[in-house]
Amino acid sequence: MTANSGHDGQAILQVQELKMYYPITRGMLKRRIGTVKAVDGVTFTVPEATTLGLVGESGCGKTTTGRCILRALDPTAGRIIFNDKNLGPTEVVGANKETLRRLRINMQMIFQDPYNSLNPRMTLLEIVGEPLLVNGIARGQEIQDRVAELLRRVGLRPEYMRRYPHAFSGGQRQRIGIARALALRPQLIVADEPVSALDVSIQAQTLNLLQELQREFNLSYLFIAHDLSVVEHIADAVAVMYVGKLVETAETEELYLNPRHPYTEALLSSVPKPDPTVQRQRVLLAGDVPSPAHRPSGCCFHPRCRYAQPHCAEAEPELREVSPGHFAACHLTGQLSLRGVV
Amino acid sequence: MPQNDLLLEVNDLRTYFYLDQGIARAVDGVSFDIRRGGTLGVLGESGCGKSITALSILRLVQRPGRIESGQILYHRRSQRGNGAGDTTEVVDLARLDPYGQEIRSIRGAEIAIIFQEPMTFMTPVYTVGSQITEAIVLHQRVSPREARERAVAILQGVGMPDAREILDRYPHQLSGGMRQRAIIAIALSCHPSLLIADEPTTALDVTTEAQILELMKQLRRDLGMSIMYITHSLGVIAEMADEVVVMYLGKVVERANVISLFQDPRHPYTQALLASIPKIGRKSRKPLNAIQGMVPDPSSIPSGCAFHTRCSMVQMGVCDQVAPELLDTGGGHLVRCLLYGGAGGQR
Repeated sequence: MTANSGHDGQAILQVQELKMYYPITRGMLKRRIGTVKAVDGVTFTVPEATTLGLVGESGCGKTTTGRCILRALDPTAGRIIFNDKNLGPTEVVGANKETLRRLRINMQMIFQDPYNSLNPRMTLLEIVGEPLLVNGIARGQEIQDRVAELLRRVGLRPEYMRRYPHAFSGGQRQRIGIARALALRPQLIVADEPVSALDVSIQAQTLNLLQELQREFNLSYLFIAHDLSVVEHIADAVAVMYVGKLVETAETEELYLNPRHPYTEALLSSVPKPDPTVQRQRVLLAGDVPSPAHRPSGCCFHPRCRYAQPHCAEAEPELREVSPGHFAACHLTGQLSLRGVV
Repeated sequence: MPQNDLLLEVNDLRTYFYLDQGIARAVDGVSFDIRRGGTLGVLGESGCGKSITALSILRLVQRPGRIESGQILYHRRSQRGNGAGDTTEVVDLARLDPYGQEIRSIRGAEIAIIFQEPMTFMTPVYTVGSQITEAIVLHQRVSPREARERAVAILQGVGMPDAREILDRYPHQLSGGMRQRAIIAIALSCHPSLLIADEPTTALDVTTEAQILELMKQLRRDLGMSIMYITHSLGVIAEMADEVVVMYLGKVVERANVISLFQDPRHPYTQALLASIPKIGRKSRKPLNAIQGMVPDPSSIPSGCAFHTRCSMVQMGVCDQVAPELLDTGGGHLVRCLLYGGAGGQR
């Protein structure tokens, strides 16, 4: 199954049945009393030089998925195959230290919070130059030249390289984070909510920069975000997560215009539109996202779903192809006519 | 507009912060009105002074900040007339002693505020119930038992399931959306005539945000209160507000009703903001029309029109020299831009 079969070209990343479980323990002996299934059987593919948007609400496991891909977390089960330009297709889960070190040259991360993701005691030269230094790619004057070039590329003045992060605004810091991620010329960047902490006018600059860099360096992005308008703008395909599982994946336009899962419909209808004349019929969801430690039976979404039938609480729906390249995990998907964005 | 219809008039409000680096003009000559039952949207990016305006109204600006000049006229309705009709007295909040009796009887009771961060607003060491009843007991003469009953009713009013049970829980036991509902409950506990909402949904997920927005609209209908809604989100403004002021670096750059603002934005900043956001349902391969540069530091505001450093329609020699005035460009649509005249407004 692929998230976006419409694109030809090789997959840069394939994630199959990825699972990340955390034990819940109690007492001095750390008796295991339950499991948090933060990510529970997620499968998707990112084709080369494209962007896959991973959307969902807080606690749905989208960040955990991103961190598993870089092996910042050790997943419980599943396969992650990264098509490394030097090593060829390589299994990330269970890779040894040396393999991981080489893989991570080609996959990088951009973080949400531009304030906490930069070491305040390091200058820009040290922050952006560190990956070059530790991987033995450049040294001395060469590092300075490379850092200057990188800073210029992300729209910062190279003269700033001796300054510390505190001297920069949120948007500039996010550019520093992007320069650091670019330093090793990676193939894949996992961007975890890269613009949600930024001001409106700075968001657009940063999104444009990410798109320019994608074209220039043939980058692939796994773009994790909760803002559906931003994801629509930047992503070629979108995967929607709910309580650790994918509920729907499709190409961006198809998913937005023609959602096939009731949760996607509700998400899309929740987005406030910048048009005061729109008379909206909003699908309001009752209650909160369930905790992945106490997952509802059957389809996780059934307690909040307005179309739910009795058997939705019993059987868990499979993610299946409802039209070419469009996958949804809903028992009723053939019978419902859901509203997309208009 | 009949005088009676107004709830709050802010006239040429200036709130400055006296810092070591110089004077930061956080709010620099802001004027607007809020009608009874109306919703004023205040739109702006970080550092534009929108939150300081709200804190100034409540007289919560801390040193080194201080209200320099201007009026905040609050049309206070009192029921002393023994049913013979309400009398309205006008109080200038800017003149009150920030620690005095009068502002204390208004703050929290008649003008309430909800903030962005639901976790920092509530103290973690008291139960939700005690934090709601605190406000009720402070402003109304009721017994603790009755205050508790009222708290249950208010929590039910904001759509909280198991309200009675929630009263004895601590804030950390609630989800973000439930916490924001609890905060709205605290703010509403004394039936304020004005609710100031400072980015109340920014930290929430979209589906929770939708719930809270619907709740606030419903409460506005049911209770007839006014809302001053502060946000950076154009989508939320379009949905909530009747009237909008757009702020940039401490000044109102545009003021209009919401339809006029979105259909015919006149200030280059508003136009640029609207052009720069990705709009859902309109997938485009084109890059966004980003505004260049970043918001300047409030302690070093550019000369002339403060937006001239980022404006795509800037005319150097004029815009960097002359500070434009807020002018009516027709139909109550006010704009502070030299493109619409007003070059005489040199200061």
